[in-house]
Amino acid sequence: MHNKTDKDATYEELTIGGNIYTAGNAKSFKTGDWRSKTPEYIVENCKQCGLCFNVCPDDAIPVKEDLKRRDFDYDACKGCGVCAKVCPFKAIEMK
Amino acid sequence: MGIRERLSGNEAAAIAMKQINPDVVAAFPITPSTEIPQYFSTFVSNGEVDTEFVAVESEHSAMSACIGAQAAGGRAMTATSANGLSLMWEMIYIASSLRLPIVMSLVNRAVSGPLNIHNDHSDAMGVRDSGWIQLFSENNQEAYDNLIMAHRIAEHKDVLLPLMVCQDGFITSHSIENIELIEDDKVKEFVGKYQPEHYLLNDKEPIAVGPLDLQGYLFEHKVQQAEAMRKAKDVILEVAKDFEKMTGRKYGLFEEYKMEDAELVVVCMNSTAGTTKATVDELRAKGVKAGLLKIRVFRPFPAEEVAKALTKAKAVAVLDKADSLNAVGGALFEDVVSGMFVSKVNVPTVNYIYGIGGRDTTVQDIESVYNDLSKIVENGDIGNPYRYLGVRGDK
Repeated sequence: MHNKTDKDATYEELTIGGNIYTAGNAKSFKTGDWRSKTPEYIVENCKQCGLCFNVCPDDAIPVKEDLKRRDFDYDACKGCGVCAKVCPFKAIEMK
Repeated sequence: MGIRERLSGNEAAAIAMKQINPDVVAAFPITPSTEIPQYFSTFVSNGEVDTEFVAVESEHSAMSACIGAQAAGGRAMTATSANGLSLMWEMIYIASSLRLPIVMSLVNRAVSGPLNIHNDHSDAMGVRDSGWIQLFSENNQEAYDNLIMAHRIAEHKDVLLPLMVCQDGFITSHSIENIELIEDDKVKEFVGKYQPEHYLLNDKEPIAVGPLDLQGYLFEHKVQQAEAMRKAKDVILEVAKDFEKMTGRKYGLFEEYKMEDAELVVVCMNSTAGTTKATVDELRAKGVKAGLLKIRVFRPFPAEEVAKALTKAKAVAVLDKADSLNAVGGALFEDVVSGMFVSKVNVPTVNYIYGIGGRDTTVQDIESVYNDLSKIVENGDIGNPYRYLGVRGDK
């Protein structure tokens, strides 16, 4: 009782007042559908300089152990365009 | 046996707060509740309480500080009146929706404008749908007793709602009357230690309070609040039973005064109930079957119980000390008659708006209401159901 936060939970199952009792739950909150413009990753132009993922406010540019970026995480990207602005190599294009 | 004293309503409220000894009091002065934080800050300076007193710069901040303190895991209290409550407005809803059992002493005063510092109930009526429990008090004793019971009600696991104890500005807050106080240790034991299940300063359970609550959630959370308000009725009665065991003083959802065989009934709240009792006594001496139904618990509203209590009446007058300006009638009137309608109690009922901005309401005024009721019974005609009491130019 009163211990769930998922979208199917009834009012008797949801936590009181919408409190969240687990840490790190931002991962499960998909903000990608807020996006009106979408960044496109142009791999052949990318020099892996590392500027773009540092400025992303949503951690929407995944970087693996090899310290190289991958394609965008569109579940998290809100389309703010900051990454495209800082890219010196035209490797990100807003569409 | 308690301690016999003579105190004003504000003194009584401040002493209740001293005995409760909350973790945080955040308040801003406003007439006529100013004395409550004033007396309380003296208790703080004298080391009579362990409370952190936050002298905030506005009522918006007072309620915000209470919300922060209560969410952190502390017991928070405040006091205000009229426009002070208006300035809290935004945070009043935050407090109830985050289910924080903050307790407020509301000393009722007209909400300006034009500018008025005297008593009516427009401040309390303005937040009647905000999800706060509202207890009304006839005199200093009830203002004190209601505060002593407040935390047990608000903090109950089935409730978790903020609560305001109302008393009439100046009429109660500044009048000195006899009062029976409860011993400090008994209050401490009765109120108990605040042990929230979840709170922000619990390092073993990191939590988020008040997250974004969009289309998929807000509806369910509002139903939770409504459910808590419905359950509060039983909790209020349970706590009253325990309180009676300690003090011998009996409290219900409302008080019935000479209602057993009453034909003409006045329904009202706060200090006017005292005036009405005096009127009922005078009329009874003349053989008039007059009675009073005094609402103590306005939120949650005991609609079914009130309707049942009015079944045997021949005519009812509901007195509202705030006009709803809706061209229909006052808030108490609407709640009473809708309760009656749903319970199929068909008794002629009229509304009087009275005492606005501190306009004095005397025994003679109340007597005129009972006279009007007896005419309604005689003629079988309600006439205008939306009336005024004591206004110049009334037709």
